[in-house]
Amino acid sequence: MKMEAEVYLNNEYVGTVDEPLEFVSRIREERRLGSITSNLNIHYIEKSNEVYIECSKGRARRPLIIVKDGIPLLTEKHIKQLEKNEISWSDLVKQGVIEYLDAMEEESALVAFYENELTPKHTHLEIMPLAILGYCTSLVPYGNFNQSTRLNAGSKNQKQALGFYASNFSVRMDMDVNILHYPQMPVVQTIMHDISGYSKHPAGQNIVVAIMSYKGYNMEDAIILNRGSIERGFGRSTYYRPSIAEELRYAGGLMDEVCIPNKDIKGYKTEKDYRLLEDDGVIFVEAKVKEGDVVIGKTSPPRFLSSMEDYSLASNIRRESSINLQHGEEGVIDFVLLTENEEGNKLFEVRIRDQRIPEVGDKFTSRHGQKGVIGLIVPQNDMPFSASGIVPDLIFSPHGIPSRMTIAHLIEMLAGKTGALAGRYINGTTFDAEPEERLRKELLSLGFNESGVETMYNGETGEEYQAKIFIGNMYYLKLKHMVANKIHSRARGPIQLLTRQPTEGRAKEGGLRLGEMEKDTFVAHGAALLLKERFDSDRTIVPVCEACGIIAIRDEYRNKSYCPICGDNTTVSEIELSYAFKLMLDELKSLGIYPKLELEGKY
Amino acid sequence: MEEELFKEYQSRLPRKLIDDIRDNVPKSISAAKLKKVLEAASEEYAAALVNPGEAVGVISAESIGEPGTQMTLNTFHFAGVAEMNVTMGLPRIIEILDGRKELDTPMMEIYLNKAMAKGKDIEELRRFALALKETRLQDFVTEFSINITDLTVIVKLDKGKMKDLGLTNSKIIEAISKQTKMLNIKDDGDSLVVKSKSKDDTFNEVYKIKEKIRGLHIKGIKGITQVLPVKRNDEFIIVTAGSNMADVLKLEEVDSYRTTTNNIFEIEQVLGIEAAREAIVREVYKVIESQGLNVDVRHIMLVADTMCVSGTVKGITRYGVVSEKSSVLARASFETPIKNIINAALVGEVDELNSVVENAMLNQVIPIGTGLPRLVVRQPSGKKQ
Repeated sequence: MKMEAEVYLNNEYVGTVDEPLEFVSRIREERRLGSITSNLNIHYIEKSNEVYIECSKGRARRPLIIVKDGIPLLTEKHIKQLEKNEISWSDLVKQGVIEYLDAMEEESALVAFYENELTPKHTHLEIMPLAILGYCTSLVPYGNFNQSTRLNAGSKNQKQALGFYASNFSVRMDMDVNILHYPQMPVVQTIMHDISGYSKHPAGQNIVVAIMSYKGYNMEDAIILNRGSIERGFGRSTYYRPSIAEELRYAGGLMDEVCIPNKDIKGYKTEKDYRLLEDDGVIFVEAKVKEGDVVIGKTSPPRFLSSMEDYSLASNIRRESSINLQHGEEGVIDFVLLTENEEGNKLFEVRIRDQRIPEVGDKFTSRHGQKGVIGLIVPQNDMPFSASGIVPDLIFSPHGIPSRMTIAHLIEMLAGKTGALAGRYINGTTFDAEPEERLRKELLSLGFNESGVETMYNGETGEEYQAKIFIGNMYYLKLKHMVANKIHSRARGPIQLLTRQPTEGRAKEGGLRLGEMEKDTFVAHGAALLLKERFDSDRTIVPVCEACGIIAIRDEYRNKSYCPICGDNTTVSEIELSYAFKLMLDELKSLGIYPKLELEGKY
Repeated sequence: MEEELFKEYQSRLPRKLIDDIRDNVPKSISAAKLKKVLEAASEEYAAALVNPGEAVGVISAESIGEPGTQMTLNTFHFAGVAEMNVTMGLPRIIEILDGRKELDTPMMEIYLNKAMAKGKDIEELRRFALALKETRLQDFVTEFSINITDLTVIVKLDKGKMKDLGLTNSKIIEAISKQTKMLNIKDDGDSLVVKSKSKDDTFNEVYKIKEKIRGLHIKGIKGITQVLPVKRNDEFIIVTAGSNMADVLKLEEVDSYRTTTNNIFEIEQVLGIEAAREAIVREVYKVIESQGLNVDVRHIMLVADTMCVSGTVKGITRYGVVSEKSSVLARASFETPIKNIINAALVGEVDELNSVVENAMLNQVIPIGTGLPRLVVRQPSGKKQ
């Protein structure tokens, strides 16, 4: 006996149906007719005999052409109408030619990839095979020749590429943005570049890439750049960062004031730090700034207004609260904006610009997840060159290819080379690209080796390399991870107030932690004294009462030590220990535990 | 003569080595040559000794821990091989080193005495294996029902399964009545009628009886849930899921010298602490080997020794080995610091600062490696300055 199938609407039980399959197909029919919303998906699970109807928000859905009896509903007539602009996409959805499926309903659909694969069993047809990919992945040329994980990596890299993100960037105040100088359209494109208007926001440059090793500086995914290419503008970008100050209002009619701070103000820096400020307290445009320079001068009222005494002196004890450049930052003032925010407070925004020329450690990538950092910048005259005198802009390591199997990376080089020589764009759309064979033939007709390899010469000695080098053109992207934003070192520096240990993080000029496992390596080597020295950063000398073992008090003024419990009549010895341990003893005391130090001779 | 030489070297060589030399040296060896052999052995032995102050514990931890990061998290399955699902990899190592008493997949390898191991009578082997398996009443019963008017439980038996297991009605009745004295059982051919001995029973109590007899142990060895006779190196052994060493070793068909379990706690109970130590080493090494890693056994031996020194197997947890540490600070720095410090404060514990962690905390020189030696200077006697 067939049980009634339970029906769930947006995962809530609503009732049962006797003939679930018939019910599901009827709902689908109604949806295609337009009598119920097209934002509805239905799926019958045979195993548990349940029907799921979904029409909530936030589902990922994708469009497919409906197929009936092996014939797609989308006909030549529709396409002609579309070309003439008589109908639009939404008309096709309304007519029930195209429908959107969600992940659940997809389970009950049989989707054909190409039209000639259609059989009567099929329920849907892909609009085009590329539609199985997302936007960023569609931008990878020859994607069907790559391993899927590389496509994921490649599309993730593209999101981090520097480009031309908005044409009104010069009047925008965006946080942490970069603009690539001289962005280009790729020679090897996909159809998605056209559809998305990539020409309005390109994000990379076409360069000549040679796959070879060079002095070992492109080991482990590093790349080698031609200094000449950099000087001609490859990979140059500008980094923008705004500093923002607001004139806040406080209780009692007090408020912040943007101005050049007076010398008698609490926390006044040095005159030199304020030198770039104009009379209104804001820096002037095109001023060159370095770390520590004040960008917006500001003073604030005192933090606590406890007694009347403070009140009367309030004007005198205002605090310095200027905005200055953080550690490691430098640049030129690009843009100054004075405005008012929603609360009616005066708002000062200053944008700093900094040109970033590629340097060792900057990260670049092709569109196939083949990212790497610059390992060496070589003068153009030392770079290898081909028989025709072509010097690569970038040298990529051959070891990156076999394990990652990014065949599309190689095909793109071939296609890019053909495109650049023939002076045309190459269609590299995934599943629908110009075939490699044709590219090879064209390359041959252009007078090059059809496999893309060329005879190359050592740039330093002029000797011919024994191996033929695979060289071609491809689209490279500069990624937003630049060393200038990450470089960090510390010898001495700020410490934390509570523990007296070094601060953490680049912004606070912190130390690099020698953690527990690193400590273990010292122990394993038996390097006891080295370990002690490493951890000496917070060592202190503490007076200890020998009678009760508690930490005593040293009174330098009276040149005397005494114990808070035993008083003057006791011996106080000074011992050395880490401040963090002293802090722990203090915390134990605050818990009501009495930690006693029993002293004995060191030897 | 020879014995004297051996005696002489007793302080320089462990007994096992001396015995090995005695067994392997030709009987006709001259005293001078034997002395040479012993001298060479003692030199090699001294060279292989760990230097004082070497941080063996940390080195062992790193030597096991580093390759451990490459270990596959999940169980390996070998397709096509008749093998049972056994916890391997990291979870198994954690299980062993934590000293857990309840294993995820307890397992035994039962070796058989000669007659059976050869596998001449496969049918007998199969029957013996099947007899090991724990059988409960519910395993061969089609239905438990209650007769409300008589207040009896009617147990319908599956004769086919019973024949397979070699059971008869009388055997079942005997097994049940051995375990509960308060039941009257009547043999009814295809079913058993169970009635309570007490006269005034309520329905509720009959229901309870029904639930109770379901799980009664009828046959086989408790804890053994699956048996699998396997041929290994020309002999048949029985691999079981579930483990009960004490009971299995009592069977006379079993070769008690080689039969083993992966339950270290059971080995400790049955065979003693030295066997348990050996089992820890073997089990941990088995996992490490199966993952294709290369760790020196001596590191694992050190861990096993640490777990067994107290005389019972202790896991490397805050309840086990770590709780034995004498230093309050060392215990507190491992896990549950507040609990450790408060308990230490309640009894006024003293930390002698004799070990590594405590001294690292105080920024003092740790007593390991270069931090270990101390300089002792004899003061000139008599004279005072």
